[in-house]
Amino acid sequence: MAEATAKQVLFEPIFSNNPIGLQILGICSALAVTTSMNVTIVMCLSVIAVTAFSNLAVSLVRTQIPGSIRIIVQMTIIASLVIVVDQILKAYAYEISKQLSVFVGLIITNCIVMGRAEGFAMKNGPWLSFLDGIGNGLGYSVMLLFVAFFRELLGAGSLFGLTLLPPVNEGGWYITNGLLLLPPSAFFIIGLAIWGLRTWMPEQVEEPDYKMSRHTHKEAF
Amino acid sequence: MAKAKETVSRTLIVALVLSIVFSVVVSTAAVTLRPAQIKNQNLDIKTNILAAAGMLPDGASAEEIESIFAQFDVRLVDLETGDFVEPSVVGVQDPMKYDMYKAASDPKMSTKIPASEDKAGIKRRPDIAKVYTLSENGELKRVVLPIHGYGLWSTLYGFMSLEGDLNTIEGLGFYAHAETPGLGGEVDNPRWKSQWVGKELYGEDKTEPQIRLMKGGVGANAADKEHKVDALSGATLTSRGVQHLVNYWMGDRGYAPFLKKLREGEV
Repeated sequence: MAEATAKQVLFEPIFSNNPIGLQILGICSALAVTTSMNVTIVMCLSVIAVTAFSNLAVSLVRTQIPGSIRIIVQMTIIASLVIVVDQILKAYAYEISKQLSVFVGLIITNCIVMGRAEGFAMKNGPWLSFLDGIGNGLGYSVMLLFVAFFRELLGAGSLFGLTLLPPVNEGGWYITNGLLLLPPSAFFIIGLAIWGLRTWMPEQVEEPDYKMSRHTHKEAF
Repeated sequence: MAKAKETVSRTLIVALVLSIVFSVVVSTAAVTLRPAQIKNQNLDIKTNILAAAGMLPDGASAEEIESIFAQFDVRLVDLETGDFVEPSVVGVQDPMKYDMYKAASDPKMSTKIPASEDKAGIKRRPDIAKVYTLSENGELKRVVLPIHGYGLWSTLYGFMSLEGDLNTIEGLGFYAHAETPGLGGEVDNPRWKSQWVGKELYGEDKTEPQIRLMKGGVGANAADKEHKVDALSGATLTSRGVQHLVNYWMGDRGYAPFLKKLREGEV
């Protein structure tokens, strides 16, 4: 890989190398925490903080880490950072931390964090790694906010908790789409987003794994 | 250099140093943030109690909530006898520190509910409950009672607030549940919750709670309207769960003995 510049590592993950859109990582939390914008933003900030600082920490000690235990070392660093973030949220954003419940803890298992630590921070300097963490966190955030926008607006008729389409249940006219409040709907939205992204940037389309051969036999009927 | 870091001793040293450094980081965060977290948890419970009692002003600050909540007396009640008990019975000084849901999983502090009577689906009931009473000039104005029970997916935890007659409902609210958003999750809908206000728990005999959640809504001329609330549309099992848990907790095995004594001025 050619020497990456700061600008590249920071902005490339947002559209042209989006961790969710292209690498299809971190889908679990993209389904779980995108029912409302407020919750999503806090989750995104937490993930950005964790990826950035875990990348920084891993990169700082990368020359010291013995290859045989490097994964567990990265895990320890990530897990500790996640616990710290979780504790901070419980102390200063209690309401939202209640809604995020286990998903803050599950940032540990978010493949994006681990993937960047192993794939980037182990080979690059601290500053670039830190920016790469922020960049990938931003890429994740862009996709999550996109999903949350549609889920909250069409599912609950509001954005950031402010009612825009007054729902029937509260005396308005908008019949809320309950499906969008359930996790599977995020699959549809992410799917559509990836479709859009790959139409815009066709180089992201993967080669098909195999081609179906032409139909050559006559059927019995 | 590349060789040197792959030795066994080097590996052990790195592992050790890393463990020590990060255990210090994690424990520092946990210890320094603990007071703020406990404050948040207590404030959360108080907010929920005030919300159930309809005493929570919009956008109330932490200080306001504390000062409104200070009007309440926190008391512990023996559910079997219906008498108040001292906090020392459950081994705490401050009744606020007693956690009745933790007690429910402790065999020494709770009773197994026979399956035939377990309408609320909670399996064990704590022996001692924590109730919140509010009196003005020696006269009982309201009582807020914690209630919980199983809905469709999850246990719903909430509070029910009763007026001084210990029969008229002043409010009901659930603060923790995992029912389906948009369906069972509508237990949080303010419009639905507002129907509970003014409903009556008991019939003439004041013993058996009569609350019913009606599928299709309560008609304008329905009989016993004072005991009936619209069921949640599309959430039959959550509605049934709410009906059962309210009737369980307000019944003989729940707060009925306590409410009876309180009504008759015996405690």
